[in-house]
Amino acid sequence: MTTPRSSSPPPNSPEQLCGDPASSIEVRGLNKDFKLRRGPRRSVLHAVVDANIVIGAGRTVALVGESGSGKSTIARIVAKLETPTSGEVLLDGERTPVRGAALSGYRRQVQMVFQDPFASLNPFHSIAHHIERPVKLHHPELTRSQIRDRAAELLERVQLGPAYLNRRPHELSGGQRQRVAIARALAPGARFIIADEPVSMLDVSIRVGVLNLLADLQRSDGLGVLYITHDLATARHFSDEILVMHRGHIVERGSADDVILHPQHEYTQALREAAADPERLGALRDEVRAELAKEV
Amino acid sequence: MNTPRMSALAPMPPGTPVLSVRDVSITYAIEPPVHAVQNVSLTLHRGEILGLAGESGCGKTTLAYGVNRLLKAPAVMTSGEVTFHDRGANDIDVVGLEGEALRRYRWDKVSMVFQGSMNSLNPVMNVRRQLHDVFTTHRPGMPRAERERRAGDLLQLVGVDPARLSAFPHELSGGMRQRVMIAMALALDPQLMIMDEPTTALDVLVQRGIIRELMRLRERLGFAVIFITHDLPLLIEISDRIAIMREGRIIEEGPAEEIYRRPQQAYTRQLLASFPSLTGERGGFVRGGAT
Repeated sequence: MTTPRSSSPPPNSPEQLCGDPASSIEVRGLNKDFKLRRGPRRSVLHAVVDANIVIGAGRTVALVGESGSGKSTIARIVAKLETPTSGEVLLDGERTPVRGAALSGYRRQVQMVFQDPFASLNPFHSIAHHIERPVKLHHPELTRSQIRDRAAELLERVQLGPAYLNRRPHELSGGQRQRVAIARALAPGARFIIADEPVSMLDVSIRVGVLNLLADLQRSDGLGVLYITHDLATARHFSDEILVMHRGHIVERGSADDVILHPQHEYTQALREAAADPERLGALRDEVRAELAKEV
Repeated sequence: MNTPRMSALAPMPPGTPVLSVRDVSITYAIEPPVHAVQNVSLTLHRGEILGLAGESGCGKTTLAYGVNRLLKAPAVMTSGEVTFHDRGANDIDVVGLEGEALRRYRWDKVSMVFQGSMNSLNPVMNVRRQLHDVFTTHRPGMPRAERERRAGDLLQLVGVDPARLSAFPHELSGGMRQRVMIAMALALDPQLMIMDEPTTALDVLVQRGIIRELMRLRERLGFAVIFITHDLPLLIEISDRIAIMREGRIIEEGPAEEIYRRPQQAYTRQLLASFPSLTGERGGFVRGGAT
């Protein structure tokens, strides 16, 4: 092989993972099985098999794959919304708590941004409520006006501004709501954000804006981001490292450009082939015509 | 395979129009009125794939519904002409169609694959009954055996095992349901198929399979396609021509290559820029530092 990664270790080995263990989330040997029952038949679905991931501070790691590949399961396990069957999640090199006050300490630092901005904000509450509540919960020492100031500041950081504090979710566009969701994730003081398809439900022209916001925060605040997506193009442009998942296995990993431009695993190659690419304008039509001409 | 018209492999004479849309405006008569489509003119040629691109709310679905006369109050077509140039027959004034004539026009001449059509199959009827339904409605004289044969052929045409005729929608995967919907849209040999976000909800590999099948069918059967989606890279790859819609108007229209390489309108450039390139220059989309 003459590819740039020919000398690197196999895709799932911990040696290849980089990042500063002093400030990182590390997923080590993670497995998740779901027990299935269909009538009298029982079976086990191996949703995640031996996953190793390191998300360093200030880095974006993209997890790409199709529906059912296990990427959201990993996200939910890292966010502690799901318990793994085996394996562990380390924060700054230490084992992470499973319950109690220590768990809420973990949650303060690791927050999620969900896919659907229309479902993830409560329509009854103002934007202020959504952002002040996590500030209040995680910083009980703050006074009321300090909390309000902090909420206004968070909205500034997501480029919305304090004018939005008294609005309600229905008054906001999808992109604005997703910015609120990001502000809410930052509110407790998160150092890591798990973004599960954060832009797939947004209109195309505002997707890049929301991703740019995450990229800005990642750089300016040293935020670590786990970006879960099925879109190879944004994964390439907005992350440092890409991990490709297929049926629970991480089948390929590497720097974003390497994985997309020189895919090694046949599944990554298939994904790459299937992604729309305007540079191949008219190619499919010609291919199909040639195929049909041969058949006749 | 005895599909109705393998003869269509002979290419259509290029540049013959199949549908002309002139100055169409559609308004939602609510307070205040929403002018969803404004003075849109389009010509679609035989066997051509026209990509209609635009963001949510730009009026692309409303326009498609207008062309197929599917608008329901409060939507009203306030002006314009839609002419269907029937193969080997007289032109049809679509706006003037009423009753029986309208019923015969729909699906027979122009069929539609709806948005979210993965879920638009009837959940309590098996695939066979739904395909037969098309023939019993539009070809009442057709014997049962013929219907059954055609239904099987149609499934085969879209790459679904004809044994699946007995399956109910919930027993099929999303991709298969979408293929069945396309089979249904092809049933009456339409000259135009309108596809509204036909693959948006599907995984990329499944989406690719369906797009490929569509391109093959188009070559074989010669129908024209209006392909509606916000996925501009996909449209550029597969369309012959592209129309960009914004706030009810078509702001730019041209061959796919022109739209991609030499977009004239700022909005078209902005829309193109919303899609990072899969293989091109990296990093142009990421602003340097916080603003």
